[in-house]
Amino acid sequence: MSETWEPVIGLEIHVQLKTETKMFCRCRNGFGGGPNTQTCPVCLAFPGALPVPNRRAIEEAIKLGLALDCTIAARAVFHRKNYFYPDNPKAYQISQYDEPLCSNGRLAVPTADGDVTIGITRAHLEEDAAKNVHVAASGRLHGATATLVDFNRCGTPLIEIVTEPDIHDADTAKRFLQLLRQTVVELDLSDAELEKGSMRFDVNVSVRPAGSGELRTRTELKNMNSFNFAAKGIEREIARQIGIYEAGGEVQQETLHFVPGEEDSPPIRSKEEAQDYRYFPEPDLVPVHPPAALVERLRAEIGELPGARIGRIADTLSFYDADVLVTGGLDRLWSALVGAGADAKEAANVLSNQFVAAGVDPGTVNAAELAKLVAARAEIPRAAFDEALSKAGDAGFAAGPYLEQKLVADAGELDPVIERVIAASPGQAEQFRSGKEGLLGFFVGQVMKETGGKADPRIVNERVRAKLSGT
Amino acid sequence: MAGISKDEVLHVARLARLELSEDEVARFQEQLSAILDAVSKVSELDLADVPPTAHPLEIENAWAEDEPRPCLSLDDVFANAPERDDDYFRMPPA
Repeated sequence: MSETWEPVIGLEIHVQLKTETKMFCRCRNGFGGGPNTQTCPVCLAFPGALPVPNRRAIEEAIKLGLALDCTIAARAVFHRKNYFYPDNPKAYQISQYDEPLCSNGRLAVPTADGDVTIGITRAHLEEDAAKNVHVAASGRLHGATATLVDFNRCGTPLIEIVTEPDIHDADTAKRFLQLLRQTVVELDLSDAELEKGSMRFDVNVSVRPAGSGELRTRTELKNMNSFNFAAKGIEREIARQIGIYEAGGEVQQETLHFVPGEEDSPPIRSKEEAQDYRYFPEPDLVPVHPPAALVERLRAEIGELPGARIGRIADTLSFYDADVLVTGGLDRLWSALVGAGADAKEAANVLSNQFVAAGVDPGTVNAAELAKLVAARAEIPRAAFDEALSKAGDAGFAAGPYLEQKLVADAGELDPVIERVIAASPGQAEQFRSGKEGLLGFFVGQVMKETGGKADPRIVNERVRAKLSGT
Repeated sequence: MAGISKDEVLHVARLARLELSEDEVARFQEQLSAILDAVSKVSELDLADVPPTAHPLEIENAWAEDEPRPCLSLDDVFANAPERDDDYFRMPPA
């Protein structure tokens, strides 16, 4: 009776562009100003104000479209999407509808078992909404006594990317999102920082009997703000829907709103109203006809994309390492380290662990100096190595001072210290010899203290044991 | 011509957040039907090869450079605001 179920997942991603100015007016785009200081008659919707599109935003949307292997429309049109809400002073959002700038693309997501290609239905330009603060509420959607509106974000440029429902598991959804994020970051069109909201995504989930090809009722998970959270949410939703079908029920079309920062609480559910946005062509804007020369110039600006680099690096390292390096924006530094003589695997380990923890911009690092440290990692005290990594992006960073702190691994140098420590605690030495193995740590600790942490703990362990056992 | 039903008038009114009396519903049903009839005259032409018009002017690619210009002062921003709360617009709860 238990069928096999196949999840069907589609994603809708909004990426905030880091242009200097907004999408349709020349107010500054970005954080920093006090509430409502980055506003003008256009983005406040004063009567008679007219929008003018931002050239850079159009170019960046085309560039992303090309990176996603989309068809760039010969003619694209802006539409009005009509709705009432205090985040939207015009009572419509300027978006794109049936003639988007980019359509019919794909992004190949490398996996350990080869590429999984996810279709891109469309990528279009639109404007963001204002930020609403609901006061005297717990932050939840209900119970506010007033709404305060800051229009600084209103009218800032967004690219909306919609995938085909080509994804069939939470992990692939997560990996697609990570790869897409790295792609927009490398194209230098967005910070795509999830915690700042400059990349946001909604997930559509349905399930169907495996192999059936049908599309059943879907639910929409909104406000996902981390890749892991999205993956967890998808898995929970898949399980919930399967449970409903197996109990003979029907899934209701609804929206699940997640509250950022309260990921563990159950989402707020709301019935999806039949939406009627009454799209129509925005009469204040003329169509966009991307000139062929412009499209070709933008195409030439695109370097080797992250997906391709994962495949290439996975030939040297494991797929997992390649994926972590590329989606973490670390692979170019990794290549430079290897080029400077560092061991490929060792360099990957250092970058994906300690280096990430140090929080240094990989683009600022002197690879030749860091490569020397990576080669000597086992011999440098952990604290000194971590300090070196935290300074690796500083001007004038050099490996020399850290290499001088190499651990003492020479038994000839360590033995006298070890003998002194043992002689100072004859009682403990006796207990160790009569089987109290745990005391080894006591002696090792004493030696480390005596040497100011400069002794190589592996050698100290070895020598202390040998000395105590009288060999 | 087909015209517009009473339910459609009510639907459009709801989307526009308008509350209509019975009389108004009847009046708008008649008026909107007349407008739709007039517009649907266009359908009598064979327009298979005519691309949809997105803008009446034959111009395209009217873009501006991505260069910031001054914004409004807060006094100007709030000059017409129904209610101001510090530097925010204050609205009924959304």
